[in-house]
Amino acid sequence: MNLTLKIWRQKNQQDKGGFKDYKISDISPDMSFLEMIDVLNEDLVKKGEDPVHFDHDCREGICGMCSMVINGRPHGPKQAITTCQLHMRSFSDGDTITIEPWRAKAFPVIKDLVVDRTPFERIMQAGGYVSINTGGVPDANAIPIPKNMAEDAMDAAACIGCGACVASCKNASAMLFVSAKVSQLALLPQGMIERKSRVEKMLMQMDAEGFGACTNTGACSAECPKEISLTHIARLNREYYSAKVYSENV
Amino acid sequence: MSKILDSKVPEGALAEKWSKHKFNVKLVNPANKRKYDIIVVGTGLAGASAAASLGELGYNVKAFCFQDSARRAHSIAAQGGINAAKNYPNDGDSVFRLFYDTIKGGDYRSREANVYRLAEVSNNIIDQCVAQGVPFARDYGGLLDNRSFGGAQVSRTFYARGQTGQQLLLGAYSALTRQVANGKVKLYDRTEMLDLVLVDGKARGIVTRNLITGKIESHSAHAVVLATGGYGNVFFLSTNAMGSNATAAWRAHKKGAFFANPSFTQIHPTCIPVSGDHQSKLTLMSESLRNDGRVWVPKKAIKGLSAKDAVSLPEEDRDYFLERKYPSFGNLVPRDVASRNAKMMCDEGRGVGSTGLAVFLDFADAIKRSGKDVITAKYGNLFDMYQQITGDNPYEVPMMIYPAVHYTMGGLWVDYNLMTTVPGLYAAGECNFSDHGANRLGASALMQGLADGYFVLPYTIGDYLANMPNEKVSTDHEAFQTAEKEVKERINKLLSVNGNKTVDEFHKELGKIMWDYCGMSRNEEGLKKAKKMISEIRKEFWENVNVIGDNHEMNQSLEKANRVADFLELGEVMVDDALQRSESCGGHFREESQTPEGEALRIDDMFSFVAAFEYAGDNQPEKLHKEDLVFDNVKLTQRSYK
Ligand SMILES: Cc1cc2nc3c(=O)[nH]c(=O)nc-3n(C[C@H](O)[C@H](O)[C@H](O)COP(=O)(O)OP(=O)(O)OC[C@H]3O[C@@H](n4cnc5c(N)ncnc54)[C@H](O)[C@@H]3O)c2cc1C
Ligand code: SF4
Ligand code: FES
Repeated sequence: MNLTLKIWRQKNQQDKGGFKDYKISDISPDMSFLEMIDVLNEDLVKKGEDPVHFDHDCREGICGMCSMVINGRPHGPKQAITTCQLHMRSFSDGDTITIEPWRAKAFPVIKDLVVDRTPFERIMQAGGYVSINTGGVPDANAIPIPKNMAEDAMDAAACIGCGACVASCKNASAMLFVSAKVSQLALLPQGMIERKSRVEKMLMQMDAEGFGACTNTGACSAECPKEISLTHIARLNREYYSAKVYSENV
Repeated sequence: MSKILDSKVPEGALAEKWSKHKFNVKLVNPANKRKYDIIVVGTGLAGASAAASLGELGYNVKAFCFQDSARRAHSIAAQGGINAAKNYPNDGDSVFRLFYDTIKGGDYRSREANVYRLAEVSNNIIDQCVAQGVPFARDYGGLLDNRSFGGAQVSRTFYARGQTGQQLLLGAYSALTRQVANGKVKLYDRTEMLDLVLVDGKARGIVTRNLITGKIESHSAHAVVLATGGYGNVFFLSTNAMGSNATAAWRAHKKGAFFANPSFTQIHPTCIPVSGDHQSKLTLMSESLRNDGRVWVPKKAIKGLSAKDAVSLPEEDRDYFLERKYPSFGNLVPRDVASRNAKMMCDEGRGVGSTGLAVFLDFADAIKRSGKDVITAKYGNLFDMYQQITGDNPYEVPMMIYPAVHYTMGGLWVDYNLMTTVPGLYAAGECNFSDHGANRLGASALMQGLADGYFVLPYTIGDYLANMPNEKVSTDHEAFQTAEKEVKERINKLLSVNGNKTVDEFHKELGKIMWDYCGMSRNEEGLKKAKKMISEIRKEFWENVNVIGDNHEMNQSLEKANRVADFLELGEVMVDDALQRSESCGGHFREESQTPEGEALRIDDMFSFVAAFEYAGDNQPEKLHKEDLVFDNVKLTQRSYK
């Protein structure tokens, strides 16, 4: 395959950045999308040009590091996969492919396609845990948990923290990401005790980081590589309103 | 026993060693803990659990990782599960059995006392994770579900769908995050450790590079923990993440930490084969597939046999070689045996697919027997993943698989306290050598990482610190200044070569040599050749590598170059180790040491030792030390899967 790539190049956070076109040839349909970028980068290095910087690590859809907007869609044209799981057989000879970083006020670009997602860290620090120390916990089977609850919690826990939900939302809201953690812990007895303060604190932090509000457009869930469902946002909202009634934090 | 290599295994009966030791260790007074600083490099299962637990105890912890978040360490990618001796299914498991299976699985090349402790604390791990909200699989009664994994005779593996590593890491990450919020842990992401700093012979800090700004910085502490994962990426292609590297461990090695059993590598039989030169990494397909899939190649070589054409190949022309050679274990033989046999078939020219470097894993019979729905329920995700990557539909045509580098049992030598040969420097998780001998059992790496971090280090580091004054060393100390200078010089050197070859080109060359000569099976001639070739590549690297950009910005070429430079040195020591160990054991198959039937032959009277290498200076041969392994509680037997 021969392709034209329009790639966002930006030297650093201060730089304005812009698209640059690259022609690339002899791309095999068996290559992964990131391997195609590897090929481009090898060419660039050979020519003495700075390679395209992008985040990636596991290359199997689980670490949440890869993050490209491909032809306007976070993680590309296919449902339920990450950028690193996309293969070139999803494209055709002669295509022009546009590649951009996540775009959101709360995720400033560091370089080229690499963005700063540390706001997610601080949201987690606000309450995305159960407050127990190592040791001194009950036997794992002391508290039975209905299978369907455990499964629902697992559905929520599958979030990889990639940020595609933010990138796809017109308000750049992080609601799906936050709801995944709130929902997981609200479903499990272990998370019950702090459920009220957790939801309030995490949402407060989300606002403080400059993410937008959720207006239920559902783009996040449609683009989420782990298909985190909107029902988690609904659960978060229930948690939030019931927390507000007795609020100890706000 | 070697004088320097004192394993510090406590006296007493095996089952009492750890309890006694915990009682005998010195404690740091609670009010004094905040006067001590601990650096933890790595936030995978081992690092995150250690940093969180040490922070909870009251120490000041600094934790480092090169990804943009602690949650992205490569532990996240583990699929299958984690072992523990809970014996919930009441099928005869016990701490002793888990210990025994691990020692035997490691082909008697690990230390009894460490392995026993691992089995002993395994149960606490599961309790801890459940309390954190890890959504393990459950059965209809609401209790935890277990499965049997990697040929174990009992069901002791806990799992969370196919994402066990992810869920365990997110559990440890949440504990870590809580300590960050409490101010007890300071987290440095996108920060790479590039050197270890010793003051008066003790580990007192590290030098790092900020991967966004390029800034070189020093961090001082009273103790340093490395939990930086495995070095499988020496082979270029492996199931490890792209960034997994040996740099931290290797730099520590050059500062005095011995490197143990570097050649012990695990090669996993069920990975998706290489599809071309562009290949950047290999994807593991869960071992559980071998429960239902049948492995075969054609009886007579057929060049380029595709999966589609294979469907119509008559039964009598197929060779189900594992079933034929190992009638009692069949397709479920251990990883090393399955891998080696696949390679043998391909070496005979009977490999399949366009490259000839693959064998079939066929589900046609299983689908016929149990129905498509049952197979979908068991392996649906994996089948989808396979189709996504290869474009083939495994419900209709056989999968193709080939072995790939997966795990490194070797690593920094540590004593019972997980301390390396450098006082105050600890190593945990995959980056130490401690518990898996010459071969790791499935679902036991996750167990080891969390055992080290949650339940071992918090005791043993306390013992060390209690004996040490709490005075801090300033990063203005000349030891830090010298280390920073060396790091900067090396970076400048890398940036100024301006040669003609990319870092990846060197890495691929190294990987190919390692795979061909120090991979699934090794012989003296090949290893000697490899050693020469690696030293030539290393020389060329420093004369002809092309690293673009500068140090004062994000520079991914430079990051890679730094790592590959270290792989080029480590590769040679792996070859040295493989050369000296002229026995076959575990995942290490030496062609000169086999039974008349072509199976691995272990030689206990000569090789019951841990090989620990000491750095002896640039371009000097490394010095080999031996820690003799003594087995008081198990009887050594040769493995047989016939
Ligand atoms: C695909 C796959 C599947 C697996 N499945 C299983 C399974 O089912 N069961 C099982 O028990 N085991 C499994 N394993 C093995 C197991 O996952 C690993 O051995 C284990 O998770 C390693 O954990 P760790 O904490 O030692 O290292 P890692 O999780 O690799 O973490 C390394 C950490 O060190 C940091 N780091 C490295 N170098 C530096 C540096 N120089 N400076 C700063 N930070 C650094 C990284 O950022 C990272 O945070 C699997 C492995 C793979 C690859
Ligand atoms: S909710 Fe989905 S899109 Fe958002 S961070 Fe999690 S996995 Fe990514
Ligand atoms: S690189 Fe890990 S999810 Fe894509």
